Amino acid sequence: MSAHLGVEEHDPTNAYQSLADSIEHDDPRWAFGTGVEDVQAEITSPVPDGVDPADLAAYCLMLGDDALICSQRLAEWVSNAPELEEDVALANTALDLLGQARVLLSRAGHVEGAERDEDVLAYLRAEPEFRNVALAELPDDLDFARAVARLLLFSTWRLALLHRLLDSRDPVVAAVAGKGVKELTYHRDYAARWTLRLGDGTDESHRRMQAALNTVWPYLEELFRTSDVERRLAGAGVAVDPADVRDEVDAVLDEVITRATLTRPTIPGIGTIGGRSGRQGLHTEYLGHVLAEMQSLARQHPGATW
Amino acid sequence: MLTLEDLGVVRGVEADGDAVTVTITPTYSGCPAIEVMRDDLRAQLTAAGFARVEVRTVFSPAWSTDWISEAGKRKLVEHGIAPPDRAGARPTGPIPLTLTAPTAVVRCPRCGSPATEEFSRFGPTACTALRRCVACREPFEHMKEI
Repeated sequence: MSAHLGVEEHDPTNAYQSLADSIEHDDPRWAFGTGVEDVQAEITSPVPDGVDPADLAAYCLMLGDDALICSQRLAEWVSNAPELEEDVALANTALDLLGQARVLLSRAGHVEGAERDEDVLAYLRAEPEFRNVALAELPDDLDFARAVARLLLFSTWRLALLHRLLDSRDPVVAAVAGKGVKELTYHRDYAARWTLRLGDGTDESHRRMQAALNTVWPYLEELFRTSDVERRLAGAGVAVDPADVRDEVDAVLDEVITRATLTRPTIPGIGTIGGRSGRQGLHTEYLGHVLAEMQSLARQHPGATW
Repeated sequence: MLTLEDLGVVRGVEADGDAVTVTITPTYSGCPAIEVMRDDLRAQLTAAGFARVEVRTVFSPAWSTDWISEAGKRKLVEHGIAPPDRAGARPTGPIPLTLTAPTAVVRCPRCGSPATEEFSRFGPTACTALRRCVACREPFEHMKEI
């Protein structure tokens, strides 16, 4: 890049020029983010009365990590999906979830008050500090049916949660829910339609869709397990008790599975270890692989700017 | 030119002497264009003589395609993008599952034919779906309702 591009020379038809300009007159930025906290007006809203800031930060991490890790798994499909259209669809879905994650992580960092921004939280935490459910971290092993099955469970559950969080007393959680409900509606429809196409398709696609459902099914139970943080915050009108969305999620899954001529698996859930699972920072071996890839650049080049 | 105001992305402008505050909202949570919009606004307002320019981004209320002006919809068609239908109010109660392709008529922005079909709900940007025209055979983008 050559000399400083002044405002006088600004070319409104060149979308990249304004980004280059901003490097000159803004603070240096991370190569990995753009400092959403500086510009997202709601993130600095006060913590609602009667709410423990540590609980709110933990809850924002839960919702944010679910979205972040699922987004990273979806992004693995870029250039790998069976058709270009699905490549684009999965990338768009990943992008929506990443946007939700950025705001939630920024909110967590702000409320926590320990000078950790979205980038530090995403790129410099270790496995036990992540609060996502195991479903988000499972590998697809480039099996498209697995991606569909996971997205069906994940989006059905998250849509039900966010729908109830529209009235959250935390303005950031409510704002993310407001946008997320619209986005998740598309994600769920996408996953449900592919479940139908594959389940009610050929013998081979039916067999593989059923196998994919069986693979993700043991991770469904965790989605309805209420952590102490969620219980306290649900009582304070900030969170939703995930146990409350079980009936709605079950009804949607049953409808899709039935119409897809598939069978609802009866495989038991993976259970907990001493009562702990994703919400308490206990993860499957798969999360380490996700983080190794997601965090490698930030860890090799700490504080890099562009 | 299709403006940010046409798109309903600009939510407020407050000018006070040589200071101006503009509030914008992203279309989708992960919209990567929001930063370009912010920097463009900053550059243009600085060029227009404002010494202090602040661009705030808000998430709430969530952007809706219903905020796109009539002029904006016309300009979208001029740019080869089929405008969204009305998204309407959010239903009360659980959000219904949609297992079949939407049946609303979307006219081809090139030839005007109503005979078009969706082939992917997700287009090159978060806010568009991909369709093709059965009459003139051209593919085109459709801004989907949210």
